[in-house]
Amino acid sequence: MAKKEVDDRFKRFGTVSFTAITKTNDFIDYLEKGKVMGTKCKDCGALYFPPRSDCSKCLDSNMEWFEVSGTGKLLSFSELKYGPVGFEDDLPYIIALLDYGNHKVFGRISKDIPFEDLSIGMEFKTQTTTLPNGQLGYVFEKA
Amino acid sequence: MGKVGIIGVGQSSFVRGYPGSIRELAFEGFKEAMQDARIKTKDIGASIIASAPEYDKQRSPAGVIAEYLGLIPQPTFYVESICSSSSTALKVAYSMIKAGLHDVVAIIGFQKMSEISSSESQERMGRGADIQWEAPFGTMMPAYYAMYAQAHMDKYGTTLEDLARIRVKAATYGQINEKAVYRKPVSMEMFTDPESNFSAPVAKPLRVGDCCANADGSSCIILANEEKAKAMSKKPVWVLGIGAASETVNMAGRDLLTGLRAGIEAGKQAYAMAGVTPKDIDVAEVHDCFTIAEMMAYENLGFAQPGEGKDLIASKETYKEGSIPVNVDGGLLSKGHPIGATGGSQIRTIVLQLRDEAGEMQVKDPEIGLVHNIGGVGLYGNVTILGR
Repeated sequence: MAKKEVDDRFKRFGTVSFTAITKTNDFIDYLEKGKVMGTKCKDCGALYFPPRSDCSKCLDSNMEWFEVSGTGKLLSFSELKYGPVGFEDDLPYIIALLDYGNHKVFGRISKDIPFEDLSIGMEFKTQTTTLPNGQLGYVFEKA
Repeated sequence: MGKVGIIGVGQSSFVRGYPGSIRELAFEGFKEAMQDARIKTKDIGASIIASAPEYDKQRSPAGVIAEYLGLIPQPTFYVESICSSSSTALKVAYSMIKAGLHDVVAIIGFQKMSEISSSESQERMGRGADIQWEAPFGTMMPAYYAMYAQAHMDKYGTTLEDLARIRVKAATYGQINEKAVYRKPVSMEMFTDPESNFSAPVAKPLRVGDCCANADGSSCIILANEEKAKAMSKKPVWVLGIGAASETVNMAGRDLLTGLRAGIEAGKQAYAMAGVTPKDIDVAEVHDCFTIAEMMAYENLGFAQPGEGKDLIASKETYKEGSIPVNVDGGLLSKGHPIGATGGSQIRTIVLQLRDEAGEMQVKDPEIGLVHNIGGVGLYGNVTILGR
């Protein structure tokens, strides 16, 4: 009997992924294609980022993907001087939240932008990236 | 339906590296509360054990601890809402007593954080946020709160100096609280002195001095129905209001970055249930895991208008002699933050205040006190209002 294949694509997300199996695994395939995607409920139109496979507004599971595109405004940010176990090699790094109007995106700001140059309200775009350890992710670049 | 009263409170000293096991640690807080209540273990109808999971090797700590405390064969179980676990336990105990299931319930909060290293501890705390979508970016509690600080500073002009004032206040009282883990004084200069580790950034803009101390500790609160409370205790402290709320785990789901929605909502519920307003609060314990958290709590609980928390601390109104004394036991910043024990310790402080038994930390003649206990980065909000 053939061994059942486990779809654990999500283990490739971020410096260290704590999740391997999720119904939103296609997110990883989109990252490989250079796209950062959220989901939209086909029934009630609710937008979700991070993406979800089930809609908590109408309790349906009829979702489609949409691409995070254009620019988002910086809502807040912090530069970490200490990191959790597994993130030591990334330090220092800046986490941030962007407002795209109808959804928000949490992530990291590109390494080439110093903390001192940042201010709330600045425009960024979200771009896919391959991390030094081969994992997949996305990063905020100056718009 | 009668009232629910608190008839006994206790806590261990909050320390670094407790030299004992979790059951022995839990015993310390429990013993003090039992001596305070002057009751026997057979008087307790049920126990609730509260802590944040994943620090201990022991799976399902409730049974082990209940046995060690002599609370077998009464029912026991475990509740958690990370840093607000023991406030959640208080709400459950209140409900059980109100429902008439038990006359007396003990809640025991504990945490032995030193079971694991500091960076492992940060990693576990970070996993109290969204592990699927945010932890892969290397998130930590100080960094999340730093994002709130950054937004608060941007919107309201709050400064790092304003935040440092909160830490200085905490240390003023940590020095006189014999149960506090950090008993040294703190000066404003330490935040700008490059030689002091207080000035070192942890997650910008927050510095070491803005962060609470990890600690091992336990706490215990014993609650009883009105009849038993009056019979057993000379000075029962009554639970007047309870509020609890939750917030999105994802930062991306949040619409407020200058305050904690779950804390605001829990406060509203507790005020409404107690039939009081922020002006009626004589002494408060708020969840100051970071200096910015206390600043936001002032505003979220209505002690100050949004953006005016900085004026409250600058004018020292939250000191013992001020109009609304806050965290006059040293708070999480100086007393320490053994996650599961923290809420119980906050409740203990307010109970002692309302009984006029807070010693050097005593506020003048308080009648109504408030406890604000947050779990995670504003994920869970709990507010409890107590009266004598």
